[in-house]
Amino acid sequence: MTTTAGRQATTRSRKLRPDGARTPARRPGQSWWARLRRDHPVLLLALPGMAVIVVFQYLALGGNVIAFQDYQPYLGIDRSLWVGFENFSILFNGDPRFLQALGNTLYITLLQTVFVFPAPIVLALLLNSLVSNKIKQTVQSVLYLPHFLSWVIVVAVFQQVLGGAGMINNFLRANGWDTISIIGNPDAFYALITSQVIWKDTGWATILFLAVLSQIDRSLYEASAMDGASRWRQIWHITLPGMRSIIVLLLILKLGDSLSVGFEQLILQQQAVGRDVSEVLDTYVYNNGVIGGAWGISAAVGLVKGVVGLVLVLVANKVAHALGEEGVYRA
Amino acid sequence: MSSAETASSARRTGRSGALIDGVPRPGRVENVIKAVVLTAICAVVILPFIGIISTSLAPADQVTRAGGFVLLPEGIDLTAYRSILTGGVVTRALLISSVVTAVGTALSLTLTAMLGWALSRRGSIGNRPLLLLVLVSLLFNPGIIPSYLVVQQLGLLDTLWAIIIPTSVSAFNVIVVRAFFVGLPQEVMDSARIDGAGEWKLFVHMGLPLARPVLAVVGLFYGVGYWNAFFNALLYISDSALWPLQLVLRTYVVDGTQLGAQDLGPEVSLPPQTTIQMAILVISIIPILIVYPFLQRHFAKGMLTGAVKG
Repeated sequence: MTTTAGRQATTRSRKLRPDGARTPARRPGQSWWARLRRDHPVLLLALPGMAVIVVFQYLALGGNVIAFQDYQPYLGIDRSLWVGFENFSILFNGDPRFLQALGNTLYITLLQTVFVFPAPIVLALLLNSLVSNKIKQTVQSVLYLPHFLSWVIVVAVFQQVLGGAGMINNFLRANGWDTISIIGNPDAFYALITSQVIWKDTGWATILFLAVLSQIDRSLYEASAMDGASRWRQIWHITLPGMRSIIVLLLILKLGDSLSVGFEQLILQQQAVGRDVSEVLDTYVYNNGVIGGAWGISAAVGLVKGVVGLVLVLVANKVAHALGEEGVYRA
Repeated sequence: MSSAETASSARRTGRSGALIDGVPRPGRVENVIKAVVLTAICAVVILPFIGIISTSLAPADQVTRAGGFVLLPEGIDLTAYRSILTGGVVTRALLISSVVTAVGTALSLTLTAMLGWALSRRGSIGNRPLLLLVLVSLLFNPGIIPSYLVVQQLGLLDTLWAIIIPTSVSAFNVIVVRAFFVGLPQEVMDSARIDGAGEWKLFVHMGLPLARPVLAVVGLFYGVGYWNAFFNALLYISDSALWPLQLVLRTYVVDGTQLGAQDLGPEVSLPPQTTIQMAILVISIIPILIVYPFLQRHFAKGMLTGAVKG
């Protein structure tokens, strides 16, 4: 998404200044050294920020070598023993806890794609159909708010409302009705986390869709109305096709993320509900590695997860191109 | 924006009474259904907050009588707030989170503005490779354990810097700021350059003042991020004396560990645990509520969506 944005920004500004009056372009014969002398203040400005990105993104990537080691923190990467693919074989020979985490991850991703992904599209269509701008803005300001709360707060709020001693059960008890068990109940867990994500981020996620909706050519609607199209037919034949590119783009990004489901959200609720239902790949890595000390195996899981995620994005992007869509980036 | 609005309102009042922006006017039944649905959705978002705020303010006997929760407090009782704000675990966490947020936001803004400016200087040496490094970093995540190893190697474990430095530069925000600088009229810059202004001078005296609106939004997002920081704190800080608010929230509200008298300020009477928990929740939400209107004003203008969509 952002790569597209960056490229578009570049082309746009190029259009504004066809003469390229910017920094003097590379003159023929100007040596590398002369350019360095001319531009070194720019490089100095870039240095601290680049350092952070290089160290915590690229250099960190190198830490994945411990997936091939019997890593011991007191020995460090230099002196820990190299074990080849042993860490991976332990995993793929079926550590039941790993398989369970993998299964849970895929199941939660499926739930999110089916229930969470379409929610902002529906909400955006609803908001877009409002005639009064005032009502629209009021609703938006209410619904955007939960996005800015941390997962700790969201989980706490859900507990206070739905917990055994929470508001709803309190109300049921006061009226002599049966209470419901949601928090800490493994059977209700997936419904709970799905509704948490919907509660927190659906409003915020409408922003992109609303921006796209506002750019659909109004004359299409007018022309179709002249031809007698109803509101529903307009949604089906004009609005949804207008949103297709952004939906495809977000689905690709979602696919790339399909092996990472809400670490913070799940780790916070593990104590209440138990690991059987709440262990996913990221919490497995954390619990096994950082807490349990199985560094090599956990790093192997993390590495496989990262590689699979990257491959998924690349493949999905290719497929999107094949289907004639813009996709995330063009190589 | 404004011209589009006048155009659409003209159309609204104008020629075709049955059409609004080319869409047939909704029927009465449809309007009623929409009103009900939207009210319900908003209630689901707002009601929990009302319950939490009310309970945190309600007198202890009303909370006990109601079994733990109240929607309308009979009076205002600030005991819970006094007990957590006059010293103890929560007060310390509040201070730590404030310091992390202030220092982190200042650092992030400085680094992001500098890098965004440098990347906007197209044609300068190394510009394309650096931009590519920033863009590609958006596509992957090094993973929990590799990140942990870097922080460990740098000796940042169990320091507040571990919450700040790893997330201090968001590649996405850098791209947003860069896009802004690229869009500035270059003639002004060039004339300043001809007048002998150096890179640094140009950045400080022209770039920064012009970029104030975009830096305000980016800064607010960084600030909210630091205030909410949980992942980094959980991963890198095991010393409970350095816990920011989110970790305290997890321990005492989510996990429900009881706050004893020794964890609180010198308040004499101990209010019910729920009241204290609600008060902690309210205190951690308040800063978000304070900056929220500012955030909103900016994204209402479409500044961020514009940057996202290019």
